[in-house]
Amino acid sequence: MTTQAQVHSAEHVHRDDLGARLGMWLFLFTELILFGGMFLVYSVYRFSHPQEFHIAAKELNTIVGTFNTMILLTSSLTMVLSIAAIQRDNKKLSIFFQFLTILLAVFFMVNKFFEWSVKFHHGIYPGSETLLNEKSGDILFFGLYYVMTGLHGLHVLVGIVIIAVMMRFTSKGIVTHDNYIKLENTGLYWHLVDIIWIFLFPLFYLIT
Amino acid sequence: MNEKNVQSEQSEHSHGFGIYILVWLGLLALTGLTVAAAGLDIGRFTVATALIIASAKAYLVLTIFMHLRSESKTFKIFVIVALFFLAISFILLFADYSF
Amino acid sequence: MASDTVALGTNGHEPSYLEYQGKHKGILGWILSTDHKRIGILYLCSVLSFFFMGVVFGFLMRLELISPGETIVTAQTYNKFFTLHGVIMIFLFIIPAIPAIFGNFFLPILIGAKDVAFPRLNLLSWYLYITGGLLALMSIVMPGGPADTGWTFYIPYSVRTDTNVIYALMAAFILGFSSILTGLNFVTTVHRLRTPSMSWFKMPLSVWSFYATAWVQVLATPIIGITLLLVVIERVLHVGIFDPALGGDPVLYQHLFWIYSHPAVYIMILPGMGIVSEIIPVFAHRTIFGYKFIAFSSIAIALFGSLVWAHHMFTVGMSNAGEFIFSLLTMVVAIPSAIKVFNWTATLYKGSIELAPPMLYILAFIFLFSIGGLTGVMQGVIAIDIQVHDTSFIVGHFHYVMFGGTGFAFFAALHYWLPKMFGRMYNIKRAKVAFWIIFFGFNVLYFPMLIMGWLGMPRRYYDYLPQFHPYHFISTVGSWILILGLIIMFTNFVISLRKGEKVTKKNLWGGETLEWQIDTPPTHENFDEIPVVEDYPYVYKDNEIAVEEEKV
Ligand code: HEM
Repeated sequence: MTTQAQVHSAEHVHRDDLGARLGMWLFLFTELILFGGMFLVYSVYRFSHPQEFHIAAKELNTIVGTFNTMILLTSSLTMVLSIAAIQRDNKKLSIFFQFLTILLAVFFMVNKFFEWSVKFHHGIYPGSETLLNEKSGDILFFGLYYVMTGLHGLHVLVGIVIIAVMMRFTSKGIVTHDNYIKLENTGLYWHLVDIIWIFLFPLFYLIT
Repeated sequence: MNEKNVQSEQSEHSHGFGIYILVWLGLLALTGLTVAAAGLDIGRFTVATALIIASAKAYLVLTIFMHLRSESKTFKIFVIVALFFLAISFILLFADYSF
Repeated sequence: MASDTVALGTNGHEPSYLEYQGKHKGILGWILSTDHKRIGILYLCSVLSFFFMGVVFGFLMRLELISPGETIVTAQTYNKFFTLHGVIMIFLFIIPAIPAIFGNFFLPILIGAKDVAFPRLNLLSWYLYITGGLLALMSIVMPGGPADTGWTFYIPYSVRTDTNVIYALMAAFILGFSSILTGLNFVTTVHRLRTPSMSWFKMPLSVWSFYATAWVQVLATPIIGITLLLVVIERVLHVGIFDPALGGDPVLYQHLFWIYSHPAVYIMILPGMGIVSEIIPVFAHRTIFGYKFIAFSSIAIALFGSLVWAHHMFTVGMSNAGEFIFSLLTMVVAIPSAIKVFNWTATLYKGSIELAPPMLYILAFIFLFSIGGLTGVMQGVIAIDIQVHDTSFIVGHFHYVMFGGTGFAFFAALHYWLPKMFGRMYNIKRAKVAFWIIFFGFNVLYFPMLIMGWLGMPRRYYDYLPQFHPYHFISTVGSWILILGLIIMFTNFVISLRKGEKVTKKNLWGGETLEWQIDTPPTHENFDEIPVVEDYPYVYKDNEIAVEEEKV
C-alpha cells in the first residue's frame, strides 16, 4: 500500500497518530466481527449437536493446542516489548523482539502444520470418505475446525509478513522512537490475532 | 469530545517492561487454569468456565497489551459499540434457536 | 473523465481540482490520484456505468414479462437476469452510490477538511470496487454463465447449481471490503478532521447520516463477508457448513445473510435521508426543524436497524418467541424514520418552496419512500407477511424503498451537486421534464406490482397466469416511460458537461453549508484557509425574520 500514488497526498499528509490508531481499531472490529460470524455458526451448531461436538473434540490434541496457545501469548509479549523498546529509543532491542515475534509465529505455524497433517493422515479432512461417513455433527465440527483455524493461520501468516516489513522499517529508520505508529498498529493487529486464538483454543480443544 | 489536536501526538503508552511480563505470566497462568478446569467434570459449566477465563485473558490483552487502558474515551466507546453489536447478534440469533 | 471538457477555474486564483496538475498526467492523474474529489468522480463514472447495466437487465426482464409464456428469454436466462440485476443494483449501485460518490467528494468539504483521513486507503477501496464489479461481470462470459440464485444466494441451491456462483460471491465479498474501507475512513475523518470550530452539533445533517452509515458499514459488512466466504469454501472444498447434505443448517445461512443485509438496507437509505435533510432547508428557505432529532434519529436507525434482520424470514419457520421479538422490533424501527419525515414536513411548512430540480426529486422521495415504508411496516405484521412473502408485492415494496427512496435521493444529489463538481449548469427545464417522466413512469412500473403481488403473483417467475396479464403489461410500459426519463436526465447532464453554462458563483442554490463557500469547482486544497463555523448549518436568517414579521 505504500507505493500507490503519493502524488497528491504529499501535500495533504499531516501526521495524525491518534487518527491512524482509530482507523486501525475500526479495522480490527471488522476482523473481530468476521470471526464473530464464524463463532456464531459454531455456537449454533454446538447448540444443536452437543454430543457429537463433544466427542469430535476428543480427536484434537490438547497438548499441542496448549503449547500453541503459550507460543502465541509469548509472541504477544515480545511484540509489545518491541514497542516499549522503540519508545525508549532502543532500536536494536526493538528489532530483536520483533524477530522473536516472527520466530514464535513461525513456530506456531509449524505446529499447526503437523497437527493438520496428522489429521489428514487419519483421513479427516473436508470432503474425505472417513468424514462423510461420520455423523453430521462431526462433519460440522471438523468443517468449522479447519475453516476457523485455517483463517486464523492465514492471519498469522499475514502478521509474519507485516512484522518482517516492520523490522525493515525499524532498521531503516522509518519507524523511530518518535514515530512508531506503524509498529504500534502492527502490534494491535497481532494482539487481535492472539485474542481470536484465545477463544478458538478452549472452544475446539477443551470441550471434551 | 475534543480530540482535535491534529498535530503529531505520540500516545504515551510507555508502560514499564515489568507490567508486560507480569501480564504475560498472568496469561500463561490463566491458560493453565483453563486446561485444568477442562479436566474437571463440571457438566454444563465447562463451556461457561472456559469462556469466562478466555474473556479474562482477552481483557488483559485488550487493556494492557493493546493499551486500551491509556487511550482516550473515544476508543473505549468504540470498543463497547463493537462488542455490543457482536453480543446483540448472538442474543438475537439465540432468541430463535433456543426456544 | 476528459478534464478538458470541464470548466476552467479561471476565477483569477488557483486552478480547480479538475485542472490541478499532480505528478501524473492524463488518465493516470485520475486513477492514481488520492484526492478525495477525484476519487469521488471515479466512483461517479463507475457507479453510473454499473447502474446502466442494471437498468438494461431490468428492462429485459420487464420485456420478458410483457406477455405470458416465453417471450424473449428462457426461464433459466430469466433467473440469471434477475440475479445479475439484483447483484448489480444492490452491491454495485445503491450501496456505494451516495456514500462513495458524494460522501467522498463532499464529506471532507462539509466538515472543512482537505481530504479524508486515509486518502490512499480511499483509492484502494475504489480499486476493490472495480475488481469486484469486473468479477461480477466476468461470470457472464465464463462457461456456465452468471449465477442464477438471486442476489440472496440462498443455500442449498447456491452450493448445488453449476452456474458461476463463486464469481458473484467473491465479487460481493470484495465489494464488502471496499465498503468497509470507505466506512472506516469516514468514521475516522469525522472524528479527526472536523475544522476546529465545528463541534458535533454544528455538523451538517448529511455528515451525521454519512457517519451513522459508516458505522453500519464497518460493523455489519464483515458478517456477510464471512458468510459468503463460507459458501465459497463450502462449494470449493466441500466443507460442511450450511449444506444440509453435510449436516448444515440452511436457515442459519439466512440468519447470517440478513444480519448483514437488513442493516444494509439502512446503509442504502440513511445517506439518502441525509441528502434530503440537506436539500430541504435550502429550497424551502427555512431553518431545518428539529436538527437534533434528525441527527439522533440517524444514529437510532443505525442502531435499531441492526436488530431486525429476521423479519425477512418469518416464513422459514422460526420459533414463536423469535417471531414475536423480531416483529416488535420491526415496528420500533419505523419510529426514527417517521421522526425524520415529520421534521422534514415541518420544515417545509410555511417555507417558501422553490421547485428546483433537486427539490422535485426530494419531494418525490418523501412521497415514494412513504409508500415504501408503509408497505414495509405491513410486512412487519406476520400474518400479512405470510400472505405476500415472495410475491411481486415485495418487489414493488423494495423498489419503492430503494429506487423511490435512495435512487431518487441520489438523483436529487446529482442535480444539487453536479454543477458544483464540474462548474457547469445543466438545463433546468429539461431536468424538470425528465423528472416528471421518471416520476410518472416509476409509478406505472411499480404500482401494478404491488397490486398483483397482493393478488398472488409470485416473484422471480418468468411466466404467469393469464389473469395477471394487464398488470404486467402496464408495468412493462411503465418501464419504458421510466427509462425514457432516465435517458433524458442523463443526456442533460452529459450535454451540460460540454456545453452547459459555466458557473463560477460559489453559492449556486443559497445553501449554508461549507461547500457553498468555496470555489466552483473546488480547488485542489478545497479551502484557502481553515474555515470557521459559527452556528449549526441551515440557519436562514432572512427567512427567520420574514417569518417573525409574518407573525406580527
Ligand atoms: C429501470 C429500472 C428497473 C427496472 C425496470 C427493474 C425491474 C425489476 C424486475 C422486473 C425485477 C424482477 C422481479 C421478479 O421477477 O422477481 C427486479 C428485481 C430486483 N430489482 Fe429492479 N428494476 C429497476 C431498478 C432497480 C433499482 C434501481 C434497484 C436497486 C436499488 C433494483 C433492485 C432490484 C432487486 C434487488 C431485485 C431482486 C432480484 C432478485 O430477485 O434476486 N432494481 N427489478
